[in-house]
Amino acid sequence: MLEILQPDGSLAGEAPFSVDETKRLYAAMVSARTYDTKGTALQKQGRLATYASFEGQEAAQVGGVSALRADDWVVATYRDAAAMWMQGYPWANLFLGRTGDERGGSPPEGVNVLPPSITVGAHMIHAVGLAWGENHLGRDRVAMTFFGDGATSEGDFHEAMNFAGVFHTPVVFLCQNNQYAISTPRHRQTASETIAQKADAYGMPGLQVDGNDLFAVGAAAAEAVTRARAGGGPTLIEAVTFRVGPHTTADDPGRYRDESEEVEWRQRDPIDRVRRYLEAAGEWTAEWNAQLEAAASAEIEVAIGQAEALEPLGPGEIFDAMFETKTPQLDRQRGILMGGPDE
Amino acid sequence: MAQAMTAALDHVLAIDPAAVLLGEDVGLSGGVFRVTDGLQAKHGVERVIDTPVAESGIVGAAFGMAVAGLHPVAEIQFLGFAYPAFDQVVSHVSRIRNRSQHRFTAPLVIRIPYGAGIGAAEHHSESTEALFAHTPGLKVVIPSTPADAAGLLITAVADPDPVVFLEPIRSYRRVRGEVAEPPTSVPFGEAAVRRPGTDLTLISYGAMMPDVLDAADQLAAEGVEAEVIDLRTLVPLDLETVLESVSGTGRVVIVQEGHRTCGFAAELAASIQEHALYSLEAPVARVTGWDTVVPLRRAEHQYVPSVARIMAAAQAAMAGV
Repeated sequence: MLEILQPDGSLAGEAPFSVDETKRLYAAMVSARTYDTKGTALQKQGRLATYASFEGQEAAQVGGVSALRADDWVVATYRDAAAMWMQGYPWANLFLGRTGDERGGSPPEGVNVLPPSITVGAHMIHAVGLAWGENHLGRDRVAMTFFGDGATSEGDFHEAMNFAGVFHTPVVFLCQNNQYAISTPRHRQTASETIAQKADAYGMPGLQVDGNDLFAVGAAAAEAVTRARAGGGPTLIEAVTFRVGPHTTADDPGRYRDESEEVEWRQRDPIDRVRRYLEAAGEWTAEWNAQLEAAASAEIEVAIGQAEALEPLGPGEIFDAMFETKTPQLDRQRGILMGGPDE
Repeated sequence: MAQAMTAALDHVLAIDPAAVLLGEDVGLSGGVFRVTDGLQAKHGVERVIDTPVAESGIVGAAFGMAVAGLHPVAEIQFLGFAYPAFDQVVSHVSRIRNRSQHRFTAPLVIRIPYGAGIGAAEHHSESTEALFAHTPGLKVVIPSTPADAAGLLITAVADPDPVVFLEPIRSYRRVRGEVAEPPTSVPFGEAAVRRPGTDLTLISYGAMMPDVLDAADQLAAEGVEAEVIDLRTLVPLDLETVLESVSGTGRVVIVQEGHRTCGFAAELAASIQEHALYSLEAPVARVTGWDTVVPLRRAEHQYVPSVARIMAAAQAAMAGV
């Protein structure tokens, strides 16, 4: 397992980022944690539908996307808000989706991030197709897809990995092995020793990294993205991490795991260790951190305000995005919903 | 019909640089039914792509390609083999436009041979078009003539939304007809009146059309002039043409090869009675496959609607029962 930044903030290898870049990524992780904390709180206030926390997985997501170019694709899940946001998907869209509004799925033009996949596993092959399509169109964009250990049990994981291997598509599979799929532990998903070793069967490199280590994830992602863009084909990265929170706000981890696990993993918090690293280098102060948190909080409050200010879809608007042009059947049904006769 | 489709795909590959074909055995071998015969040699392995045996992967990859800007035409070998890809179709292909409120779209075509009649193994004779018609966000096309197969296919590739294109297996070689070169596109949502008539309306599509036209000829010999409507596309549905005919004849027989319960004929019968009840002189009749697994070769004839069954239903409708 690749480890560079130790929990105490010391280095066990070469840092892949400059101090300035490290500070930028640290700030991104602070923003992500702020969003996540507010997401859980808003759900408890009844302002969001369910919320799926990614606390503890910030380095895996921020580190992964740090290797991408602005026009690369991210194809991710309901637990990957940090990755999506890093690639340009606005916080306001993410909140809007969580309030239960389809318009959350519509990021600005130029942001190549699909709305989050809610079903598990079917989206990885989409990244393969996107990367393949871009390549076919003569563009050197790469697609990075995020998924969990649970998704590797789905048949579509096999088909996605197999297609990527056979067609050598410029795609990076980034598995956040966070040890639990709701209540099902990692050892019930697969008898493989590691998830990374599954790459062997598909003829692609597999890298296992400490997923709570921003530097390890960043270095592995950079290697994979560089290879993909150069025509070297796909890579599977297993970022070993832990879902510190519940599956969603509707879940109670006390039913299936011991709290000591959470306590232990909190000692390996991905943000704390970057803070210790920067502090040792004289680049972190409590004042700067407070500024970051305040700025993130303000930015995210604005996003919440934008999401909540939007009126729900208007009467009959649920019919408007089924096709480019509504069929006569949809027109008729819309008329009935609007109170007209069925004719 | 198969040759007309080959010509249409050849034409599409020639005029649309974003078009690609992918599927099992579509390249070197030209597809199970030879619909893509010769196209890889002509247009290259990058555009006519032999894939692994993985239906979900084929449709899922085509989805990604379409979102990226290509116009993929995916082939699944038989409708009975499409079910592994059904999750991709129902959960993603049909939904991305709505999920993203038009921001991302998946303009792909999924070509699937369907229907009984070649006496192959289990899973090779399905006619479950209703599953797709029931799924919001899909267009569902079922041609019955070579010119329509070619023309609707050209429209399907140019369509901005996903299209499930069901090809009647027993018509591939059996149904012949003139096709323009290059083929003329045929619009979606316009049923064809294959035969004018004033006494009875026969409605069908796809693989059943030759038998329905045979039945209409036999009815004419008995002095009953049946109007025959070929729906051509189930989604969008040209209900107008149907209602216009029904208001003139007052008697309807709908013929479908698919299973009876919740089949497309049920939807059509419901729509007809909703909109034209007072024109009806007899109950809307259905001639369908049964709610059984499609029988294997030796008993298949018990399942597929026959000319005799269509005749019997038509005669009952004429008698008002």
